[in-house]
Amino acid sequence: MKKFLAQCYIWILMVLLYAPLVFIAVFSFTEGKVMGRWNGFSTRLYQNLFTGQMQGSSSLIAAVENTLLIALVSAAVSMLLGTIAAIGLHNMSGRGRRALTFLNNIPMINPDVITGVSLFLLFIFLHFTQGYLSVILSHISFGTPYVVLSVLPKLRQMNPNTYEAALDLGATPSQALWKVLIPQLRPGMISGFILAFTMSLDDFAVTFFTRGTIGLETLSTYIYADARKGGLTPELRPLMTLIFLIILVLLLFINVRQAKMQKSE
Amino acid sequence: MASDEHIIDLKGVSKSFGDKKILDNINLYIRKGEFVTLLGPSGCGKTTTLRLIAGFLAPDEGEILLDGKDISGIPPYKRPFNTVFQRYALFPHLDVYDNIAFGLKLRKVPSEEIDQRVRKVLKLVSMTDYEERDVDSLSGGQQQRVAIARALVNQPEILLLDEPLAALDLKLRKDMQIELKEMHRELGITFIYVTHDQEEALTLSDTIVVMDEGRIQQIGTPTEVYNEPVNSFVADFIGESNILNGTMIRDRRVSFIGHEFDCVDEGFGENNPVDVVVRPEDIYFTKKEEKTQFTATVRSCTFKGVHYEMYVDTDTGYELMIQDYDAYPVDSVVRLYIDPDDIQVMRKERTCNTFEGEMADETHVEMLGGTFECLPQAGLKAGDKVRVEVAFDKVDLLDHQEEGELAGEVHFLLYKGDHYHLTILTEDGDHLWVDTDDIWDKGDLVGINFAPEDLKISKRNEA
Repeated sequence: MKKFLAQCYIWILMVLLYAPLVFIAVFSFTEGKVMGRWNGFSTRLYQNLFTGQMQGSSSLIAAVENTLLIALVSAAVSMLLGTIAAIGLHNMSGRGRRALTFLNNIPMINPDVITGVSLFLLFIFLHFTQGYLSVILSHISFGTPYVVLSVLPKLRQMNPNTYEAALDLGATPSQALWKVLIPQLRPGMISGFILAFTMSLDDFAVTFFTRGTIGLETLSTYIYADARKGGLTPELRPLMTLIFLIILVLLLFINVRQAKMQKSE
Repeated sequence: MASDEHIIDLKGVSKSFGDKKILDNINLYIRKGEFVTLLGPSGCGKTTTLRLIAGFLAPDEGEILLDGKDISGIPPYKRPFNTVFQRYALFPHLDVYDNIAFGLKLRKVPSEEIDQRVRKVLKLVSMTDYEERDVDSLSGGQQQRVAIARALVNQPEILLLDEPLAALDLKLRKDMQIELKEMHRELGITFIYVTHDQEEALTLSDTIVVMDEGRIQQIGTPTEVYNEPVNSFVADFIGESNILNGTMIRDRRVSFIGHEFDCVDEGFGENNPVDVVVRPEDIYFTKKEEKTQFTATVRSCTFKGVHYEMYVDTDTGYELMIQDYDAYPVDSVVRLYIDPDDIQVMRKERTCNTFEGEMADETHVEMLGGTFECLPQAGLKAGDKVRVEVAFDKVDLLDHQEEGELAGEVHFLLYKGDHYHLTILTEDGDHLWVDTDDIWDKGDLVGINFAPEDLKISKRNEA
């Protein structure tokens, strides 16, 4: 009986967590304008999405493009900055390292709204024109700590003598960095990149406050605006289903990699 | 083998990390083609010396010369040395071939030549057919061979080895020692080897540099270092030994363990205190009464494979260790003698503790970071700079640090036949030396006190 209740509990949790996603996925295969009304199976919405034959399609596609561009650029820069920061942190001693690691963690816990508003005020204060650049800079600022966190354990696992061994064999410090250090840190850097990418992809609050007034829309701000205009564009349903599937595949990829790496150690 | 030409000279090299002095005025030369071992306990500065030569560290003072030219400004990647690291430090993302070819590829050596040289060096370390293997899939011994190959393939003038065999098990370590020795003979290049294992040092080296606390204690061939240690540290660290207090009566005559012996040492003066070392295999049993120098009672006898190890109490109450091929039963009384050749006499580094201090008032003296009561000192007033002497056996050690005026830690201990001679390191980093009958262990925390009447105070002249 006890076991049965425990089983029920986990299933109820799972249903609550995944029901909305399943709901959207199911209703992406029907044409109904209003969610919740089944008009028979159809892939029309998917066709519309890819052929662009729908109301306001150009701005939706533009929003998707913006989202991807911002996520890619900010994740790439975060990866670079975060890796350098992690190497620096790793080589610091005791007190300074603990203090900086703590500071690195704060942006991750800080509520998005506060990050967004404070960045907004900062850009105003600096008279920085808000648009693509300000959004990308903001996303870099919250993506970098995730890269630091995923590269640090790789540095700890690494034999500290390998860098010296490279120098010893005739590599200049920059050759040693590229040929010995980076290859050993690569798995951590890739995990960090993927994390920063997904954080950027689903960000709403920070983007909303830092995009300025030039009409820059990402997927999240587009949906927000669309919903306020009176009902979601039906084509969003297949789009969200696809995004969910892509993220699912990415996550599986990361987990399988980690399991493999743990096994080989 | 080793020529007289110096390849490396260390002149007055010192190095500190923070407040801690790791190396203190190291002077050392290494001859071309020599197998030199830096030997000492952990923390003695041997690895730091190696890292200075490799170029990973720069000396605070002094200079390092290669073929007579200062190389302080040359970064490690431009020095013609290669290093074998303690934990191998192979590149885990490269296979065996690419690990070994790493240095050659950086120098843009043509690929056919790389191929040739990698194969040749793999043969040298008996790892042919391992080219494609992932380094993580190799055993410790195999990884070590790859690390040696990776260093040797660059044809360095000097091969630096930092405890390369420390992580291997005993059998493998012995085999690798022989192979290293053969490699050295075959290649004819200079090897600088760091180890804390005295047996390894004796087996491998042309020259051994014994280090302790950032200073060179002795430089010599293995036989010199073993047979003629210059001080009790070297005698204790290398091989097993009986280290005893003695008195040099005159040239070629020394007294210790309550008996007088002929010896071969001269120049220690008359009636001067000295340290005497007798190796356990150099004390002989005899049946003849006329050969007997002293008698002793066997206390314990342990079989050690090749020989027996016995502890005996002499008729005068000293404990000695003896190694012999024959066993003598416990509690039997045996006759013993020592050859004059086998008695090694060493100058004592010090005969009592000497501290510099300052009078606080007429009955108190400040020294070692504490204030101690002393007998009233006529003619000395507060603020006078003084020298304080305390005999080794007049230092009180207490079980609890807080009970003493000073707190310290047992840093080194030496058994001298009938008592222990301890080196105590105080919290402020001062050393003091204590003779005691009590048993302490290395690392024990102790409180330190002096009785007022045991402080011998004299005025110190300001230089």
